[in-house]
Amino acid sequence: MIPELGHFALILALGLALVQAVFPLWGSFAGRRAWMELARPLALGQLTFLAIAFACLLQAFLTDDFSVVYVATNSNSLMPDIYKVSALWGAHEGSLLLWVFLLAAWGAAVATFSRNLPLPMIARVISVQGMIAIGFLLFMLLTSNPFERIFPAPLEGRDLNPLLQDFGLAIHPPMLYMGYVGLSVAFAFAIAALMGGKLDAAWARWSRPWTTVAWIFLTVGIALGSWWAYYELGWGGWWFWDPVENASFMPWLVATALIHSLAVTEKRAAFKSWTVLLAISAFSLSLLGTFLVRSGVLTSVHAFATDPTRGTFILAFLVIVIGGSLVLYAWRAPAVSGGGRFDLVSRESFLLINNLLLAALALLVLFGTLAPLIYEAAGWGKISVGFPWFNTMFIVLSPLLVLAMGIGPMTRWKHDEIPRLVRRLWVAFALSLAVFALASTRLLLPGNLHVGLGLGLTAWLVLTHLLNLSERLKNKGGIKRIASDLRGRSRSYYGMWLAHLGVAMFIVGATMVSNFGTETDVRMSPGDVHEAAGYRFQFNGAKSVQGPNYRAQRGEFLVYQGERQVAVLHPEKRAYVAGGMPMTEAGIDAGFLRDLYVSLGEPVGDRGDWAVRLYYKPYVRWIWLAGVLMALGGILAATDGRYRTLRKAATLPAGNLARA
Amino acid sequence: MARSTTSYLFPLGIFLALAALLFYGLRLDPRLVPSPLVGKPAPAFELESLTEPGKSISSDILKGRMSLVNVWASWCPSCRQEHAELVRIARETDVQMIGFNWKDERPAALEMLSRFGNPYVLSVYDPENQVGIDWGVYGAPETFVVDAEGVIRHKRIGPIDRKVWQEEIVPVIEQYRPRG
Repeated sequence: MIPELGHFALILALGLALVQAVFPLWGSFAGRRAWMELARPLALGQLTFLAIAFACLLQAFLTDDFSVVYVATNSNSLMPDIYKVSALWGAHEGSLLLWVFLLAAWGAAVATFSRNLPLPMIARVISVQGMIAIGFLLFMLLTSNPFERIFPAPLEGRDLNPLLQDFGLAIHPPMLYMGYVGLSVAFAFAIAALMGGKLDAAWARWSRPWTTVAWIFLTVGIALGSWWAYYELGWGGWWFWDPVENASFMPWLVATALIHSLAVTEKRAAFKSWTVLLAISAFSLSLLGTFLVRSGVLTSVHAFATDPTRGTFILAFLVIVIGGSLVLYAWRAPAVSGGGRFDLVSRESFLLINNLLLAALALLVLFGTLAPLIYEAAGWGKISVGFPWFNTMFIVLSPLLVLAMGIGPMTRWKHDEIPRLVRRLWVAFALSLAVFALASTRLLLPGNLHVGLGLGLTAWLVLTHLLNLSERLKNKGGIKRIASDLRGRSRSYYGMWLAHLGVAMFIVGATMVSNFGTETDVRMSPGDVHEAAGYRFQFNGAKSVQGPNYRAQRGEFLVYQGERQVAVLHPEKRAYVAGGMPMTEAGIDAGFLRDLYVSLGEPVGDRGDWAVRLYYKPYVRWIWLAGVLMALGGILAATDGRYRTLRKAATLPAGNLARA
Repeated sequence: MARSTTSYLFPLGIFLALAALLFYGLRLDPRLVPSPLVGKPAPAFELESLTEPGKSISSDILKGRMSLVNVWASWCPSCRQEHAELVRIARETDVQMIGFNWKDERPAALEMLSRFGNPYVLSVYDPENQVGIDWGVYGAPETFVVDAEGVIRHKRIGPIDRKVWQEEIVPVIEQYRPRG
């Protein structure tokens, strides 16, 4: 009965979405206030029905209702409760339900927190979100109903893919989806502004905090995914350029560009049409990501659904949404663009460079991800663009981005003088160059050009930002300024500062682990000792242990540095009761400056020998801590006091209604 | 920032090209095309026999006869699922079936063969994935159709059932079977 209730709630949500997509929008053009005022309650109603559907499916999982096909294929009565919850979004149908549920949640949030927006604007934003919801709800009801029943019901479920039975993966998809779906708000704002024919500073100011919040979720989601891949896949890697990862990275790159571009549009009324294009692209890439993952167009390590009918549906949806918005863009943008002028040397220019580079990186990732398909279509045979290609592209382009990041915040809006910039920056530049030179040699550490580049750029970022902060404090009343800034309207400055330092931290992590990490494959008998990267790993053999829904071979390793024992590691090889490939659970000793990482390969021979992989991963944590720092920066920026106060000031007079 | 109106159509153009590409991509079956090895000579190998430890088997066995090389392992449930079908196929076809035991343990593998029947003329044993890598194996079961010249003609990812055998594998075998 309860699953049917969920199904029914989905159908009602679709009905509401239809009303939501049509009437507020129509009202905004016909000048009917009553129709526009429907927008807010409709958004809340949408959330209510989807919350009911979500709760119904959750109930089916928690009570092991295997008469629901989706539960039977993705759950198992032996599974711990937390994974029964996360199994809800562990496969296709459920992750779609999560998608629309979050979409409705964002819509309701916009309806609730944008009290000061002009009514036609909010009506259009919510209508656009309604249109997106229609697409996803139809997709679910027609091709991927999570509430479908099976008769007779199986006695036991098939179990969730063991790879996905993990805490990191339990929270990774909701975070990522919050980001993807959050970008729909920026998208809806952009479309609403295009429809209204008014791209102004007020529009940029409304979009900014929403975009930043979506970006925070995306950042955290990607960092979690990387962390999960690191400890769960047992290869010790933190990024694989897998299509699914790329699908989340492309919107992130474009959203990062969008955040910066919105700042320019708000402050200087420049880049208008470019900002709109970025807002459209960021969400389009989120949709494209969903398409790539769901359709099986590209075979990927974690493609969990390959079904061409679904693919065709999503593609049609993509063409309508993205194609439609780009047509609207081509039609309306020429009339509304233009605005603040700026000189060649100005903060606007550096932000433009940053934007172009980020967009170029996103295009490269897109190209690399689709390359196999392009080759196939052109009849050049099957290729896959791997690791080295992506890495080379990023090593070539991102240093330029980082150089601009150092200069940009030090430059004045509208117009600046090169001699003035040189005067302020030459010390930082010389010091960074020295770090680059030193780290490129083998004098202090066994460096090379890559290490030099990484550490030199880090020094550049850190020095320029310290300089920037010290100048700011000197001009405006010393260190106690920070506290008042953080309380008031300058929080976003510190947000920028933290996020940029996050980038520096990321560069350190990526540089160190790629250049100084070691990986050793050995065969070890119980009692064997093997030395790697200055640590001695002693293998004490492996024994069988029983988990809730798996059996495992559990190895024990004692790790010594000199005479001191620094860690005991217990890597496992698990076989899940419900079958499937054996899973590797790495044993990791995490540290701020280094991780020690052991994974069990295969048993060898009959005397308890194992093929073992020993990793030393210096500074690997910094990669994810960088994500935390960036997210904190985003939180500061999104909660800046001026959005609360200025939003009131920005409210436009009712005369705007007539224009619309 | 005066730009011609047509430049605003540029993003739309890019997207439409992309959509066309994706539409094309949808019509490819990812299970049919992924091997870059199709049309190329099968990678050479020299592996121990699964059934006769110590005896070595080389890729020369692929020459002169049409072969099916079936990658399997005892830990793989889908392999168990297709096993009965393989036994049936072995009885009715003249194509030589070669078992490629992958990332497995010998006792478990032998037990599975003795319990469910052995469809293979020969079985090679690759516990460390030494040759599997050359063949581009990334999961079990996978099945390769290799012609009498030792050229890979088809790769099937996933289990073989009656329908797959008749509609997917047999036509390939018929197409590349040596004539005369």
